[in-house]
Amino acid sequence: MNIFVLMKRTFDTEEKITIVDGKVSEEGAEFIINPYDEYAIEEAIQVRDKHGGEVTVVTVGNEDAEKELRTALAMGCDKAVLINIEDDVEEQDQYTTAKVLAEYLKDKNPDLILAGNVAIDGGSGQVGPRVAELLGIPYVTTITKLDIDGNKVTVIRDVEGDEEIIETSLPLLVTAQQGLNEPRYPSLPGIMKAKKKPLEELELDDLDLEEEDVEAKTKTIEVFLPPKREAGKILEGEIADQVKELVRLLRSEAKVV
Amino acid sequence: MARKVLTLAEVRDGSLRNVSFEAIAAAKTIAQGGEVVSVLVGESVQSYANELFFYGADRVVVVEHPNLKNYTSDGYSQALKAVIDEEKPEGIVFGHTALGKDLSPKLAIKLNSGLVSDVVAVEEAGGNLIFTRPIYSGKAFEKKIVTDGIIFVTVRPNNIQPLERDESRSGEVKAVSVDIKDLRAIVKEIVRKTAEGVDLTEAKVIVAGGRGVKSAEGFKPLQELAEVLGGAVGASRGACDAGYCDYSLQIGQTGKVVTPDLYIACGISGAIQHLAGMSNSKVIVAINKDPEANIFKVADYGIVGDLFEVVPLLTEEFKKLKVHS
Repeated sequence: MNIFVLMKRTFDTEEKITIVDGKVSEEGAEFIINPYDEYAIEEAIQVRDKHGGEVTVVTVGNEDAEKELRTALAMGCDKAVLINIEDDVEEQDQYTTAKVLAEYLKDKNPDLILAGNVAIDGGSGQVGPRVAELLGIPYVTTITKLDIDGNKVTVIRDVEGDEEIIETSLPLLVTAQQGLNEPRYPSLPGIMKAKKKPLEELELDDLDLEEEDVEAKTKTIEVFLPPKREAGKILEGEIADQVKELVRLLRSEAKVV
Repeated sequence: MARKVLTLAEVRDGSLRNVSFEAIAAAKTIAQGGEVVSVLVGESVQSYANELFFYGADRVVVVEHPNLKNYTSDGYSQALKAVIDEEKPEGIVFGHTALGKDLSPKLAIKLNSGLVSDVVAVEEAGGNLIFTRPIYSGKAFEKKIVTDGIIFVTVRPNNIQPLERDESRSGEVKAVSVDIKDLRAIVKEIVRKTAEGVDLTEAKVIVAGGRGVKSAEGFKPLQELAEVLGGAVGASRGACDAGYCDYSLQIGQTGKVVTPDLYIACGISGAIQHLAGMSNSKVIVAINKDPEANIFKVADYGIVGDLFEVVPLLTEEFKKLKVHS
């Protein structure tokens, strides 16, 4: 089976955000594989181990993403592809990323494409469905279970806490929801092997794309931090009195109940 | 500049979701005096049209077909594409719901357009439509403009004020007939796992538990409190990882991002990744044994104490209020 994983490098969830010159500062920040993409990588490896084939992990970004691609290889992916558009594209949005990925994938005959259902930085969750539509294949988002039997695929989709049991077929794109699996940690031998696995780097030119083909359709004009929350009132006294006081405050001061 | 704007109305458990009315309000701002047309898609949904007029829709378009009984991206995109071809709107607003998140990117790319997801505010300034949305799950925000194509937007529930309901409003209902076919993914079964239909992202009150809840059983007093307040129960990653509850309840940078009027954090320490998912709530209450817990730094009101003592007392107090009012 020809399996692809769409991966994004993101800030660690424990990072605080600071803004410098109108942009989110990357200075000193820890980066990780987007947590939802880790589920996609783990599932891809499990599908390969069960059904055979090869897993290629693909990212659109700059050379810093090599580290996360190596981690994916250490987890067990077979090949990695970095599509580096940093020098070619000034303004980038989900349209850009999807166009680039679809252009790369269109002649690769993918059977199964996996991605995270959302990236924890931009948080839009658009790229997976956009890529599937560009490739003309079906997709199912936020899945928590994947069963493949020949060409037939049964998935469980999380819909705001309820579950849909969906029947579909390959070729298919799915996006991973938390609960799909337990992503493995790279093992030491895995890390050693990863160093020798192929990591290909491509640019827009290699995909026969021009900058205007992938030009963003939206533009960010400002980035700002939310107003800082001030610590409020810690109540005092007997617990029973504190509870009464809290209910009074919620009613008359905060007016939320 | 007046624009024609569509909204997709969403029915859940036999009634329209609030976010559908919020989408109409957002569409009004985008339309700048132009027409707002709400679209109803389903097997039999025409009866919901009036409610959409009450909340400000100028016109309603209905697409009904047996293959639209359950949501599928193929079925719904065929329905909406037909409406878009006929109406030629300049903007389309969805709720940032499971359905809206799944469908909007497919239509946006079909129509070679951008899409601003998870919008919490819309304003018009200097001839530009400006959309505000959270990034890093609310650790920061960005303002975006659409530079090309149709203006596709999803709006986050609970953030945009709907219009005042007005039963004197009415309008024209038009049926569009579309042959919905070739569905490549079929919903075989829907398994309800959520209780009472109060969805976390739309809940006005959330009672959330962390590691301090100690067990699945420990969530019971939280559920009782949520029930009295008409709210939903949520959890921190710690509680989910420990197996006390389902991952679908997780609030945080991984998990759901919520903005209720009242968030009651019980036995939650307040890791940065959790705060990202809830710190834009209107009012935060923290109940924790540890006076040094991080959660107190963002809480409007805090009680230092054992949640198993505090939460049942709080439930009793609210019950009393209910009786009195």
